[in-house]
Amino acid sequence: MLNQHKRPGESLDGGQAAGLLATMWRIRLFEERVGQLARSGDIDGLVHLSIGQEGVAAAVCSQLRDDDHVYSGHRAHGHAIAKGASLERVMAELMGRDTGLCRGLGGSMHLVDVEHGFMGATGVVGGTVPIALGSALAARLRGTDAVAVVFFGDGAVQAGHFNETINLATLWRLPLVLVCENNGFAEFTPRSAHTVVERVSDVVAPYGLERSTVDGNDVPAVWDAFGSYLASARSGAGPFLLECLTHRVRGHYEGDPGRYRDSMAEAEWKEKDPILRLERHGMAAGWYGEDELRTIGEAAAAAVEDAVRFGLESPFPPSALLEAAVYADG
Amino acid sequence: MAHELPYIAAIIEAIQLEMERDESVLYFGQNMATTENEPFVEAFGKDRVRVTPISETAEIGIAVGAALAGYRPVVELYMAEFMLVAMDQVINEAPRFRGMSGGQVKVPIVLKAGYGFTAGWAGQHTGTLNALFMGVPGLKVVVPSTAADAKGLMATAIRDDNPVVYLHNYLLTLDHGDVPDGEYLVPFGEASVRREGSDVTIVGTGWTVDRALAAADRLAGEGIEAEVIDPRTIAPLDTQTILESVDKTGHLVLVDQATRHASVSTVIAGEVAEFGFGSLKAPIVQVTGLDATIPYSEPLEAYVLPDDDKVVAAVQSVLGTAPVTAA
Repeated sequence: MLNQHKRPGESLDGGQAAGLLATMWRIRLFEERVGQLARSGDIDGLVHLSIGQEGVAAAVCSQLRDDDHVYSGHRAHGHAIAKGASLERVMAELMGRDTGLCRGLGGSMHLVDVEHGFMGATGVVGGTVPIALGSALAARLRGTDAVAVVFFGDGAVQAGHFNETINLATLWRLPLVLVCENNGFAEFTPRSAHTVVERVSDVVAPYGLERSTVDGNDVPAVWDAFGSYLASARSGAGPFLLECLTHRVRGHYEGDPGRYRDSMAEAEWKEKDPILRLERHGMAAGWYGEDELRTIGEAAAAAVEDAVRFGLESPFPPSALLEAAVYADG
Repeated sequence: MAHELPYIAAIIEAIQLEMERDESVLYFGQNMATTENEPFVEAFGKDRVRVTPISETAEIGIAVGAALAGYRPVVELYMAEFMLVAMDQVINEAPRFRGMSGGQVKVPIVLKAGYGFTAGWAGQHTGTLNALFMGVPGLKVVVPSTAADAKGLMATAIRDDNPVVYLHNYLLTLDHGDVPDGEYLVPFGEASVRREGSDVTIVGTGWTVDRALAAADRLAGEGIEAEVIDPRTIAPLDTQTILESVDKTGHLVLVDQATRHASVSTVIAGEVAEFGFGSLKAPIVQVTGLDATIPYSEPLEAYVLPDDDKVVAAVQSVLGTAPVTAA
């Protein structure tokens, strides 16, 4: 493939870009469907959607292996799917079914898929940041080149445990890549109401770790920046912080009236949408044409409908499941 | 064969033996492993034995992550109250992961912390917060009262596949006891009958087991034979042994260093009232700490705590005017 629009350091090729588009469409269409199912009552619990932020999940997770541990927070559907979780099992989990990733016990905020190294998500902002450092410590002690990655929002950065983790990660030089999805809002509050430090990458500056801020909707830029940190982490360096500036299209949670901000104009969003941008970028580069893009989108849509059917046809978990799930038998 | 050790040394011996036995056991905390010639560092190296900053949330969070990745960390927290600054990790992360993942993962960590240091340490280093942890599904909670149990319960805690809060009572730190040599495991969920008796059941935990035993000695002089039970672990809690004892004695006195509504004794009282009511010949009496922040001044500190006199008086009140059984 020709990289006609290759920028300095850009390493993404056409095949990889098509793969990223497939992942992003799967996340986008999955979450749009989740929003509908939440409104119709087929998904009963609390859900937070990441529509608009898919580029970060795809560009980061698609470069990882199953033995790289990934952690996330309450907005984790995209991270789990990008790390390899099946759409069927994520959808079934959101519907509280026995066939769900966590057999219906975790739900939207607590997806875990050990098989693919998606080790956990928490409903407590930043709660998995120190836990991810423990996975990085384990990788170091084992002597493997596996890394740990944690996704968090800009709201987590003002929490004490974030600072504690940065301190220890840099002190112990562990292979952790911290990926901040800075969408400008900590739940319902703009960043400017929480802190005088605009950039998360500046917050950690005194610790001297390698860090950068990129446009999180520019997928090739996220791919490059993360890929470079990943290669260094695999060779024993770390930690790293990648701040991705992005945009959350939906509210904090499904049902959020969103009175705290103005919606982005449709024309502006079409310019910024990470999926449409990567489609335009790849078409200009000659990586794919409209037919290929249509095929990618249709495959994602079909997979999402299969997942909805799978979830709706699945049974709810038996109460006997709880006993085995609360305690592990030594 | 056994050897004599202080309670605190018995705990350390168990950690050392488990680290020798299993390379996945890690040990870290504040103010430890700061020099190369500390015994644990010499034996196991600075990869497995680590000093941490004063960052309880990160310390415990790292333990959770390392455990998810296959290690068995023991976190030295020194004071149970220091866990309060990390309660998200202790209560809402570590014990929730297994349940929330539908049983996919296990989190074998031990949170080692002293408690109840009512020896002039005033309001923030003396609390008995044990009951705070016992109602959290997924957590196990250990409260040894002897050197032997301290060793055996620590070994079991390290081998357990669940998060364990290991609470050693600071007032027992230098109490000596016979400790079995070599590998020694005490099972969780099995109470120990520390003294047999037929007139009244006294249940204590940690330091209050000693108060119960001292009171029982005095009561024996009055012809009252008290049975003293030490649950040893409060999650799981061996209510069966307590109910069987109450069925025999018909009377129950509960002794707890904690404040009344935050005590293990209140939980036990509820269980016995519900499941052993037919055995009771008199109402249950609880001897707990008074509802006060532990005062610094020594006489006032003693005033708020249970002591031998209060336990003796409680037993006399429970037995009331009932004829005392001949010894």
